[in-house]
Amino acid sequence: MDTLLRVIRNPLGLAGLILVLLWAIIAILAPVISPPHNPRNPYAIARIGFSSLPKPPSEKALLGTTSGGYDIMYGIVWGSRTAFRVGLIVVSATALIGVLLGGGGAFLGGMVDEVVMRITDLFMSFPFLIAVIVMSIVLGKGLDKVIIALVVFGWRRYARIMRSEVLSVKEREYVRAAVSLGASKLWIFFRHVLPNSIFPVLVLAALDIGTMVLIAASLSFIGVGAEPGYADWGQMINFSRNWLMGTVGEPFKYWYTYTYPSIAILTFVLGWTLLGDTLRDVLDPKMRRVK
Amino acid sequence: MFLNPYERLAVFIPNADAVGSSIPFDELVSRYGLDKPFYVQYYEWLERVVRGNLGWSPSARMPVATAIARYFPATVELMLFGAVIIFVGGIFLGTYSAKHHNQLFDQAARLGTIIGVSLPEFVFGLFLLVVFYAWLGWFPPGRLSSWAEDVIYLSNFHRYTGMNLIDSILNWRLDVFIDALRHLVLPSIAYSIGMLSTMLRMTRSSLLETLQADYVVTARAKGLAEKVVINKHARRNALLPVVTLAGSIVAKMLGGAVIVETVFNYRGMGMFIVTAAQGLDFPAILGSSLLIGIIIIASNLIVDILYTVLDPTVTLGGN
Repeated sequence: MDTLLRVIRNPLGLAGLILVLLWAIIAILAPVISPPHNPRNPYAIARIGFSSLPKPPSEKALLGTTSGGYDIMYGIVWGSRTAFRVGLIVVSATALIGVLLGGGGAFLGGMVDEVVMRITDLFMSFPFLIAVIVMSIVLGKGLDKVIIALVVFGWRRYARIMRSEVLSVKEREYVRAAVSLGASKLWIFFRHVLPNSIFPVLVLAALDIGTMVLIAASLSFIGVGAEPGYADWGQMINFSRNWLMGTVGEPFKYWYTYTYPSIAILTFVLGWTLLGDTLRDVLDPKMRRVK
Repeated sequence: MFLNPYERLAVFIPNADAVGSSIPFDELVSRYGLDKPFYVQYYEWLERVVRGNLGWSPSARMPVATAIARYFPATVELMLFGAVIIFVGGIFLGTYSAKHHNQLFDQAARLGTIIGVSLPEFVFGLFLLVVFYAWLGWFPPGRLSSWAEDVIYLSNFHRYTGMNLIDSILNWRLDVFIDALRHLVLPSIAYSIGMLSTMLRMTRSSLLETLQADYVVTARAKGLAEKVVINKHARRNALLPVVTLAGSIVAKMLGGAVIVETVFNYRGMGMFIVTAAQGLDFPAILGSSLLIGIIIIASNLIVDILYTVLDPTVTLGGN
């Protein structure tokens, strides 16, 4: 509670929290804001006609339509659910794997730690983005494949951070006290070590939700990931690529096709970055002194 | 999940539907050893790699090694340009920001870097294209204009490095040099912005912390000029975490190249990898993975060595 109060008192943190809450409200109220035409498949972007030319904002489509008659407003509203799903699933899964592997390895030490860290090194020796692209292409089309690929390569940073934290925490007096009292290893790990080493992971997780959504959008943008017509912000920007040029004399004729989805991605990621950043400042006493 | 020998063969055969029945599949499978156990095939692949033979890339329609030799210099060019923006810009602006702590520039830089980190490369790249290509017409996408493309494939134009900027100077074709430069500006800006922001923030916070250290207070008490205090005493120590960051920046740049090259239609390693992956072109994926792995290991090694130069208390090796 104290942490939350301090986040709110920081103007940038408050701005981040407001942005995230705003998107959460849009995601929850999606069926109210943009009622789906086909309730069984609400994630298929509603189409208003099938014209290949984008149409400017009108009464029918408040933010205009992109090529293929896809309603931009509908795509953005339902895309917020996609963004939250990708961000929350990927981050909770990677954080859990990383915390258990890195933390467990460091806590048990010896051979277990050695094996875990060598596996982490193996995953570290490859650029995250390229690994995810190759893996999701090999797995096939669909957002679930992207989520799997992000989880498979995403846990390594959590494992590293958790390991270094646990290595220092497990030498503290209160852990030794628990050992001398005869507490079991499992109890010590979950009761004493984990709560005292989890904060850096929380900061990374808050920052990572934005990053993961950003990477998933990049994948959809280059045509890997979500199926065509699926409510996904990266894909909507991909749709607009052919309309960047406008027409002769009117270079910004199709501005709505790329501007609105870009604003959606930027504000969503910005919200999480601001939140994570403030959280780090609030939790790190060293940073507090510098400020 | 794994392809069977016949599926792997099919990737190499164009129009397999039309000519399918006339191909001696069984003979081809045994000729290329596709029916052997995977560890035997892996060993044979390793043996070829050591000799520099990375196999044939069906998606690029050339040997993998040739494709890498053609596309890698393009990406190196992009990375070098980006690295200059990231390191020079990040360290300079970060120092400036820390020196003027909590003043207008510092506040603007803090806000700007947060937006910079949150802005996806492809979104930023597209907006750069809209403004500087569609509207102003200054910087076109692609790697070279078509007339310059014709020039560099002439027989009297020597390809020394494969990097257009260097080759055009060595051949003394300044028009080609300027054309290559115009094509590099936007992509390198587009993918530096995020890492520039990270670099700036890192330099700033690290320098702010160092500026409070006792030896900096001492240096100031001695009456040294502020410039000397910052450049000689503080910055060198503040650069340590920045150098650590440099290692991860190389990996990030390689990844960023994939997106940015696609946005700007800049034919380099990034586009090569994406086309290869889309065509299930495993020799190409393996070959480029190998190269990327080597680059990352090498850059980590360089970072470790740089560490000893910057910080005399760190030594390499035991004893």
